[in-house]
Amino acid sequence: MFFDINAKPGKSISIFLGILLFGLAVMLYGSASHSRHADNPQDKLVPTPTQMWKSFSNAIFRPVIEQEFNDDGELIPNDEPKNLREAFKVGKHWEMLRNGEWQLLEDTLASGYRVLIAMLFIFAGVLLGLYMGMFPYLDKLLYRFILFFDKIPALAVLPILFIVFGLDETAKISLIVIGVAPTIILDTYLRVKDVPKENITKGMTLKASTQEIIYKIVFPQVFPKVLDTLRLNFKAVILFLIAGEALAAEAGLGYRIFVVRRYMDMATIIPYVIWISVLAFSIDFFLRRWIKKKFIWIKK
Amino acid sequence: MKIKIKGAIILLLTVFLIVGFSSVTKEEKKSEFKVAWSIYAGWNPWAYAKESGILDKWAAKYDIDIKLVKMDYIPSIEAYTSKEVDACVMTNMDALTIPVASGIPSTAIILGDFSNGNDAILVRNNLKINGLKGKKVSLVEYSVSHYLLSRALDKNGMKDSDVRVINVSDSDIAPAYVANDEQEAVVTWNPLVMEIMKTPGISKIFDSSQIPGEILDLMMINKNVLDKNPELALALNGAWFEVMSIMSTRGAKADNALVQMAKAGGSSLNEYKAQLKTTAMFYKAGDAVNYMSGDEIKSNMKRVRNFCFKYKLLGDRVNTPDDIGIQFPDGSVLGNQSNILFYFDSSYMMENAR
Repeated sequence: MFFDINAKPGKSISIFLGILLFGLAVMLYGSASHSRHADNPQDKLVPTPTQMWKSFSNAIFRPVIEQEFNDDGELIPNDEPKNLREAFKVGKHWEMLRNGEWQLLEDTLASGYRVLIAMLFIFAGVLLGLYMGMFPYLDKLLYRFILFFDKIPALAVLPILFIVFGLDETAKISLIVIGVAPTIILDTYLRVKDVPKENITKGMTLKASTQEIIYKIVFPQVFPKVLDTLRLNFKAVILFLIAGEALAAEAGLGYRIFVVRRYMDMATIIPYVIWISVLAFSIDFFLRRWIKKKFIWIKK
Repeated sequence: MKIKIKGAIILLLTVFLIVGFSSVTKEEKKSEFKVAWSIYAGWNPWAYAKESGILDKWAAKYDIDIKLVKMDYIPSIEAYTSKEVDACVMTNMDALTIPVASGIPSTAIILGDFSNGNDAILVRNNLKINGLKGKKVSLVEYSVSHYLLSRALDKNGMKDSDVRVINVSDSDIAPAYVANDEQEAVVTWNPLVMEIMKTPGISKIFDSSQIPGEILDLMMINKNVLDKNPELALALNGAWFEVMSIMSTRGAKADNALVQMAKAGGSSLNEYKAQLKTTAMFYKAGDAVNYMSGDEIKSNMKRVRNFCFKYKLLGDRVNTPDDIGIQFPDGSVLGNQSNILFYFDSSYMMENAR
């Protein structure tokens, strides 16, 4: 039954099988976490869901409480509100919200900024690939070079990038661009080459200028497929983002993971990893929807 | 068919559960131990202890087998925290933030040395500490370097928030600083400090010799292992102080030992000797015992503990700095007496003080 190629799994068993592996993984994790915590309640390597949630909610928002300890480590008591609920009662909640730490937001914005700028450059790479495909001289000049460049493992080049560009945003963004752009350029180039010559000939017959041929005939045919490649390469974008932030950063999703990794704070790392996956999945999802809507004439 | 699949699933589940539960390790009396070390001026003697056979000799004396494992620093502490090794050398601060914060009760059985200039703040353009205000400082966040910076700022009437901390990974901090002129300040440790100082235009404005005794290098051992197997502590102490006496007695044997230690640490003899100058080694067990039993260590540990608490490095169950107890050789406890996780035990060193 399992290996019947003509099998038609029923609805309920499909759902069951779909959830089965997730369920097994969660159970395995749960039992490992439980046993480790029975042995050592403060274990940090396999955190319980409660620990992870607590850490994650702290990352989302943590009020900055003025806590002063005297030299002996004893808390000097003050009657400032200690959490959001107390602040709400006293009416100081807006102040607390404003002064608090929005760690997850800061990290997401920092990383998002880097990814956004990198994507702009990568989009410029799409245009470069487009021109490479259309202009034979440009083709001859750039193709072999970019082909070679694509094969360089960007992570090996990472330390050099930081040495050349410094520890600021430039190095991190250029790592993402150097890592992903060559693939995108080559892919666009190949897609352009795939456009049937007849279409271009038709355009020329109808007195289209070069610009019109590129942007009105070739580009619309190529763009949805390029977007698909971008979607698939997003994993690489995230990988380079995290690698760059691990090396030197002040804020960011990858930065946070590596800073807390030092003291094995898995309760922060696991939720952050899940958050990154959720973000990547959402971006992928919206891109797919947008491609479908805008390029409805492409039959998949 | 249906029964076969059901059976397979049940079998799989059972296997997974067994695998899940088998990760519990209970400490018991054993005769084989793993001790981790990493390259550092104060810990290279362990390599010599192994190569010269001194460690094996002492292990045989107590009828146990000690395997010395060389690792990178943080991975060694992680191995210790996940109980893959029974003992590991580390600084007092890292002992607090990694194993102790994860609930592993740990005992310091050897006080090897303290950093006496091995950790430093380096700057370009002759900046002074006050000049660091508002500037970016590259360092490994939440490490000993961060603590050093915090103390330096404190001593100059500044706050931690006066500077911007950029976290840089250990392996790239030195080359990145040397190559980039825009980076003005970096905090790191030896041998990277010596490497960076070779570049012109860089000056050292603060180092650990200005906070002596606050960055201690200790041999930490899992307390549960220690309680059941005190021979491990005895053997390690015996071997260590034999090497210490070799190192501190002038002569060919000492020179030979130093050469081996330098090689184990990947530096030349002169470089290693230079590193030793900024490491206050406790060559005599008596000195180490006295220091560990003194008062200075208590106030230093308090400072370190407060720093760790401030940056929430002591774990999420800790609400006040006192929640974790640190016990000193005289029995006094800094913090919660019913939650002592960090022990200083000088009794094993005392065996070698005669």
